[in-house]
Amino acid sequence: MSDEYNQENKPLEAQSSETMSGTPSKDIDYVRPAELPEQDLYHGHSFITKWIFCQDAKVIGVQYFLTAVFTGIVGLVLSWLMRLQLGYPELVPFITAEHYYQFVTMHGMIMVVYFLTALFLGGFGNYLIPLMVGARDMVFPYVNMVSFWMFFIAVCVLMASFFVPGGPTGAGWTLYPPQAILPGTPGSNMGIILMLVSLSLFVIGFTMGGLNYIITILQARTRGMTLMRMPLTIWGIFTATALAMLAFPALLVSCIMMTLDKMLETSFFMPTILQAGEVLDYGGGSPILFQHLFWFFGHPEVYIVALPAFGIVSDLISVHARKNIFGYRMMVWAIVGIGALSFFVWAHHMYVSGMNPWFGFFFATTTLIIAVPTALKVYNWIITLFRANIRMNTVMLFCLGFIVTFVNGGITGIFLGNVAVDIPLSDTYFVIAHFHMVMGIAPLMVIMGAVYHWFPLVTGRMLSEKLGKWHFWFTFLGAYSIYFPMHYLGFIGVPRRYFEMYDSPYVTSATGMNEFITVAALIVGFSQLIFIYNIVASLSIGKPAGKNPWKANSLEWLTPEVPPAHGNWGEKLPVIHRWPYDFNVPGAKEDYITQTTPPSEVISAEVEKT
Amino acid sequence: MHPGIIFLGVIIGSVLFHIFTPWWWTDIASNWGAMDDTINLTFWIGGGVFVLVCLFMVYCIFMFSYKEGRNVEYKPEDHKLEKILTIATTVGVIALLAPGLIVYNNYINTPKDALQVEVNAWQWGWQYRLPGEDGILGTAQVAKITDDNPFGINLDDPNGKDDILIEDDVLHLKTNRPVKILLRSLDVLHNYYVPQFRAKMDAIPGILTYYWFEPNKIGEYEVLCAEYCGVGHYAMRAKVIVESEDNYQKWINEQETFSDLIAKQENDKLKITIVAKSNN
Repeated sequence: MSDEYNQENKPLEAQSSETMSGTPSKDIDYVRPAELPEQDLYHGHSFITKWIFCQDAKVIGVQYFLTAVFTGIVGLVLSWLMRLQLGYPELVPFITAEHYYQFVTMHGMIMVVYFLTALFLGGFGNYLIPLMVGARDMVFPYVNMVSFWMFFIAVCVLMASFFVPGGPTGAGWTLYPPQAILPGTPGSNMGIILMLVSLSLFVIGFTMGGLNYIITILQARTRGMTLMRMPLTIWGIFTATALAMLAFPALLVSCIMMTLDKMLETSFFMPTILQAGEVLDYGGGSPILFQHLFWFFGHPEVYIVALPAFGIVSDLISVHARKNIFGYRMMVWAIVGIGALSFFVWAHHMYVSGMNPWFGFFFATTTLIIAVPTALKVYNWIITLFRANIRMNTVMLFCLGFIVTFVNGGITGIFLGNVAVDIPLSDTYFVIAHFHMVMGIAPLMVIMGAVYHWFPLVTGRMLSEKLGKWHFWFTFLGAYSIYFPMHYLGFIGVPRRYFEMYDSPYVTSATGMNEFITVAALIVGFSQLIFIYNIVASLSIGKPAGKNPWKANSLEWLTPEVPPAHGNWGEKLPVIHRWPYDFNVPGAKEDYITQTTPPSEVISAEVEKT
Repeated sequence: MHPGIIFLGVIIGSVLFHIFTPWWWTDIASNWGAMDDTINLTFWIGGGVFVLVCLFMVYCIFMFSYKEGRNVEYKPEDHKLEKILTIATTVGVIALLAPGLIVYNNYINTPKDALQVEVNAWQWGWQYRLPGEDGILGTAQVAKITDDNPFGINLDDPNGKDDILIEDDVLHLKTNRPVKILLRSLDVLHNYYVPQFRAKMDAIPGILTYYWFEPNKIGEYEVLCAEYCGVGHYAMRAKVIVESEDNYQKWINEQETFSDLIAKQENDKLKITIVAKSNN
């Protein structure tokens, strides 16, 4: 398929895309030719190569999605058990303190790493990147397949830790040593080792996928798809993946070092320790070193989850508000800027960790600086809604739910980032409420909105709007009533990671609220059955979607077949003439102009240069 | 029903919850009122932004719900508006950060006259050591801890001899006198936290950490471990009693010093030897 390669044999630098001023070509539809010939893809023939060890990024995306959702359901059930223990301990006498801490740990790790990260980057990333940038597949399809199977093995190892002697680790999701590998913590033998092995496998697998995402976005964009014409979804996923490539190595080394501390009794993180009246063989290590390494990974990890959500929600809002996203370029720079800054704020998780107290000044300042680009993104989302034409469908509801929960969680983040305010609030329920609101509920709103949005593309059928709206209101109102009041437990001073709500006089007043939160959590959890039913039923009885049911502009809706086939684009790759946000352009006939529409077809439209 | 009504309800509900909540700070019992003030300031500014942003959102969805042929604005960018919003946000952030950093500066600079209290934490309990008449704590190491030397004090260090040892989880403090809490851990991370004092810091094996506060209200306070430390974390409590100067003196005079402990132990050994001899 190299017929278009440099046909006119002009030197490449002499050519210019139509975006530049003073285009030498008279043809207004001119897009400079491809610089490299296309390569053909490997097409699977058997069931196994087509659906199991599959090299099609779309199938891999669905595989990632389903595996991540499975782990997410495990995480959800664990959260119910925790909530039952906190709200109604007499109902669940079989939950011991050991169990409780194991649930806490596995819930946290599953949700952050194996659910959210895998879902956004592995799931949405794989499905959407090639389609949205106009590529036939990822640049390394085979490595992409291996990436998923490494992730799958990592999940298997993680789940296996539920069944080993001593059970899974109960070290808290932060796995702080020395406690994580000492007998005072549940699962301090096989449990913690399997956790560390599983995380290492995850990082290895994820690196393979991540390189694919970055290189595909940089190298495999179709003609005319300049960086500043990419949908914000792609910008979010791209930046998040770049963060992951830089942050995950820190997690990997800390996992390896801790495995050595556990198995070979090295002392990377282990100082002299007295346990049960005996001095252990460790000495000279630093527990704080682990915290620095962990949060050097852990804070960018927050943005690895948040940035794809930012990107996706921008696109969903723009499509369903029938209006261009406001301040696209600022949105791009905000994503990149937040990503870069996220490597300079990690120690705000460690204000009371005993690190050098002077760090507090630096990290409080950097943390509050990050609030500026983040706030600008929020403004741009709501300004996009202003004078728009908003479809109040399920997708839009989830976007609005995202804005409310994200602003709420973002503002409590300013409390915790400001070091003097963090001191009384750290390690209390305020922290739990904050991060669940901002990186639990808010990204989940986006994920669910995205599923309602792209389900017609993936399956060719629409989801039920009626069920979707019920699902939204249960999830949004339920989750909000779990986490909004929870902040106030933190004000009282209720510490997190307490197995029992003890009898301290000023905490017993929280009993009623704990019961309420538990009930809300159960309702929210069960209401996800509506979602699952909607998906399963719509697969067979959903209304056929047809092509581009939302009248979107971006490339993924413009494939010759719906759902897109392997190779995505039929004979010829699409050619891009504009950004994906040309909605309601004055002078245009329709309220949208797709990215592939050449200027000659919409000659009367007063499009601003993008 | 228009979804905007429910979103509006959520915003109003949040504000009402905040106004009428029965769950709020415990009454402060230390000098860190400035922390509460910073939090209240953050509430005003942050809460204001939350309400404004959400109200604007609700306004938009009321006004611009889908209507065939609605006149939609096409304006990809507005540099002036973006600039105004950037500057306003930056000013807001500085207004929050500056007072926070001033409070933090006080937090990490301990007053010179602060009374030193060393807190020893282990899985799962607390004990305390106070400097004796010389006002200096003797050096100590985890590796030196034995049954006879429960704090691991260096026997060669003369400063340690008069240290007051409290092998109990109840700590007495005098009111209106700054206290510097020095934290040591024998095994894993812990955190000595009294909600009413607001301040906290982790105890870490291998290094010494600190924080300070000035208790200013007589009473009994519960200490909670605020850093996860294994399966007994939730049960790791202790008590602080803040009392008047006189009562404090009375209490401290009853406590044992390290040399008392050594003398008692030698006495015990002697007794055992005598008993053993007489039995022969």
